[in-house]
Amino acid sequence: MALSQLLSSSSRSGNRLKSLSSAISLRHPISTDTTPITVETSVPFTSHQCEVPSRTVQTNAKELLTFFRDMALMRRMEIAADSLYKAKLIRGFCHLYDGQEAVAVGMEAAITKKDSIITAYRDHCTFIARGGTLLEVFAELMGRQAGCSRGKGGSMHFYKKDSNFYGGHGIVGAQVPLGCGLAFAQKYCKDEAVTFALYGDGAANQGQLFEALNISALWDLPAILVCENNHYGMGTAEWRAAKSPAYYKRGDYVPGLKVDGMDVLAVKQACTFAKEHALKNGPIILEMDTYRYHGHSMSDPGSTYRTRDEITGVRQERDPVERIRKLILSHDLATEKELKDTEKEVRKEVDDAIAQAKENPVPDSSELFTNVYAKGLGVESFGADRKEVRATLP
Amino acid sequence: MAAIFQGVGAAEALSSSPFNSFDSNKSIFSPRRSFSVRKGASFAVVRSDGTVNLNLKGRRAQQLISNAVATKADSAAASSSSKPGHELLLFEALQEGLEEEMDRDPHVCVMGEDVGHYGGSYKVTKGLAKKFGDLRVLDTPIAENSFTGMGIGAAMTGLRPVIEGMNMGFLLLAFNQISNNCGMLHYTSGGQFTIPIVIRGPGGVGRQLGAEHSQRLESYFQSIPGIQMVACSTPYNAKGLMKAAIRSENPVILFEHVLLYNLKERIPDEDYICNLEEAEMVRPGEHVTILTYSRMRYHVMQAAKTLVNKGYDPEVIDIRSLKPFDLYTIGNSVKKTHRVLIVEECMRTGGIGASLTAAITENFNDYLDAPIMCLSSQDVPTPYAGTLEEVTVVQPPQIVTAVEQLCQ
Repeated sequence: MALSQLLSSSSRSGNRLKSLSSAISLRHPISTDTTPITVETSVPFTSHQCEVPSRTVQTNAKELLTFFRDMALMRRMEIAADSLYKAKLIRGFCHLYDGQEAVAVGMEAAITKKDSIITAYRDHCTFIARGGTLLEVFAELMGRQAGCSRGKGGSMHFYKKDSNFYGGHGIVGAQVPLGCGLAFAQKYCKDEAVTFALYGDGAANQGQLFEALNISALWDLPAILVCENNHYGMGTAEWRAAKSPAYYKRGDYVPGLKVDGMDVLAVKQACTFAKEHALKNGPIILEMDTYRYHGHSMSDPGSTYRTRDEITGVRQERDPVERIRKLILSHDLATEKELKDTEKEVRKEVDDAIAQAKENPVPDSSELFTNVYAKGLGVESFGADRKEVRATLP
Repeated sequence: MAAIFQGVGAAEALSSSPFNSFDSNKSIFSPRRSFSVRKGASFAVVRSDGTVNLNLKGRRAQQLISNAVATKADSAAASSSSKPGHELLLFEALQEGLEEEMDRDPHVCVMGEDVGHYGGSYKVTKGLAKKFGDLRVLDTPIAENSFTGMGIGAAMTGLRPVIEGMNMGFLLLAFNQISNNCGMLHYTSGGQFTIPIVIRGPGGVGRQLGAEHSQRLESYFQSIPGIQMVACSTPYNAKGLMKAAIRSENPVILFEHVLLYNLKERIPDEDYICNLEEAEMVRPGEHVTILTYSRMRYHVMQAAKTLVNKGYDPEVIDIRSLKPFDLYTIGNSVKKTHRVLIVEECMRTGGIGASLTAAITENFNDYLDAPIMCLSSQDVPTPYAGTLEEVTVVQPPQIVTAVEQLCQ
């Protein structure tokens, strides 16, 4: 840690120090330095019916290195999931989030665990950001007992109640009314917290979204609707699906903000702004301009409706992990080698989790019937031989 | 169509028969009833002034009373004040249950169209908005899909919303939310979230409401795993089931009936609930088990009067719990009588009767002396014309004929 402090405190350390650090590098340093660093977001924000948050963001070495590590972890996890799927250890649907990590990480950095997040089926990384473990992810993907939903949910049904992560939903758009319901409950119980309801550019055309938005605006609910616009609704480009692809403006009377979703600091800034806004003024829409490298799901190659050049272009110019890497290197917060070591560590973590998950047993057959109903007030289903009738007041 | 039944305060003595249960015939059948479905047997004739001439041995033709008490015989007319409990209409019983639960638990809230300031389209939530405020009794816009979804989302955090569909048929718009989110979230989250929501509303065939407003959704919802369905039929069980549904940790769909809201009954003053999974024995008997629920209970009870006159002894069970079935009560009855007749308002195809027939056949086939008969509504959209509408649902004469056939 002394090394990194040396590195960060002296603004432009000479090559000597750098070579010294690389020679001595044993443990990878996560800097605990919190001296503020000022960075500008890649592009300014554009807003609809509200004022624009500042383009200048305060951050520090610790935060940036945490961002890097988290995003690298998510990236590695998704790529590992890809291989597992091809090895037929993961079946059914698997929607991968690589390319969009900045949204999950930036959002988490702006809020607390008291705020709620609900999202659609591309939920692996959001689950990790909310505090889920890699073992839970891989075990659930492979349908094992240690999974976060005990193997009964699958890729599209990750939930973490204790950190207010409400999933994990397969039907496009159905999570948005749920999210507004979460916001309603927060208002009802006076929680002073907000709900982020995430959906995609495909779901932005669902009627229930506008219904829920209307009710949220009417009742002043602290709901923040976040459109993760990766420009493709499965195989349909946004301009072929939406007459008005300016999703942040489609709230009409609800203010909106357009954010570069590949820039984790911009996401963090926007979410902080949105949380403040929602607690005072009711709902707001955030449009995250982001991109997914994989296809819609594992059955979609992702190249029939877009060119490989486009994909590699985005990867070269806008990749969120690369952006942070460049930022860290340019501010000398860590060396190239240290970052590579972080990535190696992360890779090892992921591999360990996969190995552990593979050892985990599949759910017992009795689990088929558990959790269909919650017990309470005479609610168990008895067969034809039910021996007694129960009706006691709780 | 709200005021179907006029509550008659003083109960006329219909005393000696222990099963003079059903007497609200006067209004369920329109006075100009023609009984075009008569099958040659003698049956009750409803005259235009609403009185029923029953061929009762040793009893005079009596004025019908609208007191649709299931099993109790009202002995004296005037002593209503000295009797325990209080008298009210079914919608008032629902309101009482709802109000008591909202008093008891601040997490209970009501969401629906016109439930607040308007007081509810069937007056079930009348007065609640004034008492509990706008945050607990919420008027929603006409957006069933989203406000049902919002109720489910709120329930995930521990709130206990009561969602009202103004007519059950409108909940078809929220089918995705009810099926996928409401029913399945407890399972797909591995038990992390419970959805203690109540979804209620009036359904069933009313008085010439037209096809779209006469839906019986219990047949569509019955295969959704993870929900419970109950149907109320008397003020007593309406209040009890409402309270139990609110207190239950599971999502419960409470089916009310448009034509039963003005039934009057005396219910206990003290706090009580009805078991959500239990069937109600309306009239014990020996010869045949008649299983029914909701409005058809009253048609059955009317038919029962005729049957008794003819010497039959039907056992009438109001199954109340549509999912899961109370196979214990039903099974015991089947073991006793060996003949089963199901009378339901669902359509023949894929209705509650169809599932119940399958369940009884699977479990009690050895006890049956005859195949199960199931009388259901016709598989047609409910027509507007009154005469046609009558024919789509099961009428008491058909029930009488069916029992006679079954008991040959």
